[in-house]
Amino acid sequence: MSAEDLSVHRGILENLNMPVSWRKETKPHRFCPGCGHGIALKALGEAVDELGILDRVLYGCDIGCSLLSWDFFNFDSVQTHHGRTIPVIVGAKRARPDVIGIAYMGDGGGYAIGAQHLVSAAMRGDRITAILANNTLYAMTGGQMAPTTLPGQKTATTPYGREPQKSGAPLHGPELVAAIAPPGSYIARGSVGNYNQLKQYLKKALENQLTGSGFSFVEVLSACPTNWRTNAKETWEFLRGKMESHFKVGELRVPEQQTGGEEN
Amino acid sequence: MFMTGNEVIAWAALAADADFMYGYPITPQNEIMHYWSRLAPHFGRGFLQTEDELSAGFTMLGGVLVGKKCFTATAGPGNILMQEPVAMAEMMRLPGVWVIQQRGGPSTATVIYSQQELRLTTTGGNGEGLRIVYSTSSHQELFEYTLKAFNVAWKYRFPTFVLGDGYQAKMRETVTLFRPEKRGWEMIPAEPILRGPGVPCIERDPVHLRNTFNIEEELYETLMKHVEDYERLTPEVVEWEAKVRADDTLLLVAHGIVGRAAKDAAERLQRDGWPVGYFRPVTVRPFPGEALRKIAAANPELRLLVVESAYGQLLSIVKAELYGYANPLETLLRPGVGVTTEEIEETVRRLEKREG
Ligand SMILES: Cc1ncc(C[n+]2csc(CCOP(=O)(O)OP(=O)(O)O)c2C)c(N)n1
Ligand code: SF4
Repeated sequence: MSAEDLSVHRGILENLNMPVSWRKETKPHRFCPGCGHGIALKALGEAVDELGILDRVLYGCDIGCSLLSWDFFNFDSVQTHHGRTIPVIVGAKRARPDVIGIAYMGDGGGYAIGAQHLVSAAMRGDRITAILANNTLYAMTGGQMAPTTLPGQKTATTPYGREPQKSGAPLHGPELVAAIAPPGSYIARGSVGNYNQLKQYLKKALENQLTGSGFSFVEVLSACPTNWRTNAKETWEFLRGKMESHFKVGELRVPEQQTGGEEN
Repeated sequence: MFMTGNEVIAWAALAADADFMYGYPITPQNEIMHYWSRLAPHFGRGFLQTEDELSAGFTMLGGVLVGKKCFTATAGPGNILMQEPVAMAEMMRLPGVWVIQQRGGPSTATVIYSQQELRLTTTGGNGEGLRIVYSTSSHQELFEYTLKAFNVAWKYRFPTFVLGDGYQAKMRETVTLFRPEKRGWEMIPAEPILRGPGVPCIERDPVHLRNTFNIEEELYETLMKHVEDYERLTPEVVEWEAKVRADDTLLLVAHGIVGRAAKDAAERLQRDGWPVGYFRPVTVRPFPGEALRKIAAANPELRLLVVESAYGQLLSIVKAELYGYANPLETLLRPGVGVTTEEIEETVRRLEKREG
């Protein structure tokens, strides 16, 4: 997109205080009030705006509450099947390296049903940006246990609290991915509780793809007040207290120097 | 050229201008990937070995979405996993070519001879089976129908299958390879469905594909449009091979490699003066039901002998297609094993003699 076009378009949307890449026709969005998905996607939209790549992005969203973003942005998008967003974006990127591929999913999609895709894309160093919203449960289907459910946390399928002896301890996704991803990968965990930092992480994850350096993965600690059954204050406390102390926010892998040049 | 069926398919994909193959190893289709991954770099084509067939199918759809001609190949349990991406392709109207080299189920059972994936390939998945499936019977057909599959898939935007089997995959026979343009076959180019030309919002609207629907009626309307398109393409796409004479009393009905044996048997028996014809659906989906009904209607006494290397998969299609017709039905069902010309001949001789 030319700088001029972008500024015209920006002008139209400026007054709405939305990222240029947000599609205003589909706002207000469909997430519940207080949902973390909207904040994560705002950060993503601003990161895309700042990098000026709206005309290159291919966005894929999963099944789960992330699907509510199928027409959220001004870039081309595809809503895939549960857990299958990474392969769709990988396939597109392999066939057309000029595309900036973003795969957006929940923790059920990325760490359970689609875990093999996350692991394999990371291991192969696919030049895509995978973003995973960790809200500690399966939101869309009514709040069941997810791989990320905290010990003792009550969900629809752990009504007495998750017992790690029976159902395992919470999965630390970025740590897992960091252990297997090749050099050149960017891996971080952000939180909707720290918006500016999250936006920086997402931006770096996209830049890592732009330079063709490697696989990029950002887990976003997100909030689901609906299934947590929390009010605003409790939501904030659970996110910033329990979640952020269990899942450490920060960058796990930052390529030493992004070398520039062709993506492939 | 004298080569295996798998090699033929790799050459056909190349001739069809396929850009990319995504695949996961499974016998008996492995050599398609082997030949393709050997050829691809020399012709600027791509290959990705994925983590499973779910990924092979979905990565392929990713490639298709951004405008590349893509294909995959699988068999047996891989075909089961493939049904999920195929279901997405059906509802989103995404083209793509799937090569299925059937093997005897389940996993890992046998890998050489089977027609047990007919039902799965034609109507597997949680949808209405809106696909086009060519059941081949020779290497020449493997070549020509693979070429054709690429065109049909991108013309109508439905998932398209070449349905072979381990026997066709591994056997060597003579085949004439050709560049499609040399025969005047025009290959339909692939267009980007997403990330096509133009800046979204400025030069065009962004494209948003989804498979979520707010209400049942919305799904129904979308689906029924696809059904209408599918019914419209049916007469343009159906293919079959048949030879029936007015005084024939028995009709062999078989598809694929068994169809070839049935045709051989019918021709031999005809030479010996037996009143036997044959009908071989080439498209097993959509099924050439109209053609079969015409044959059945012309002679209500005509007995059908359905022969297949499965336990009644073709039979159930034939029964459904001939609902309301009184033609008697006989069967030779040999799930997962080879059916030879001689066996079919013998069955025919026994049947015809028994009746008189
Ligand atoms: C193959 C398959 N299995 C199960 C489902 C049902 N399902 C829909 S969304 C979902 C879980 C979503 O949880 P998550 O991925 O964590 O996303 P969230 O809704 O929490 O954002 C499940 C299990 C499905 N759509 N497809
Ligand atoms: S159910 Fe939870 S994750 Fe889904 S939209 Fe509502 S708050 Fe967000």
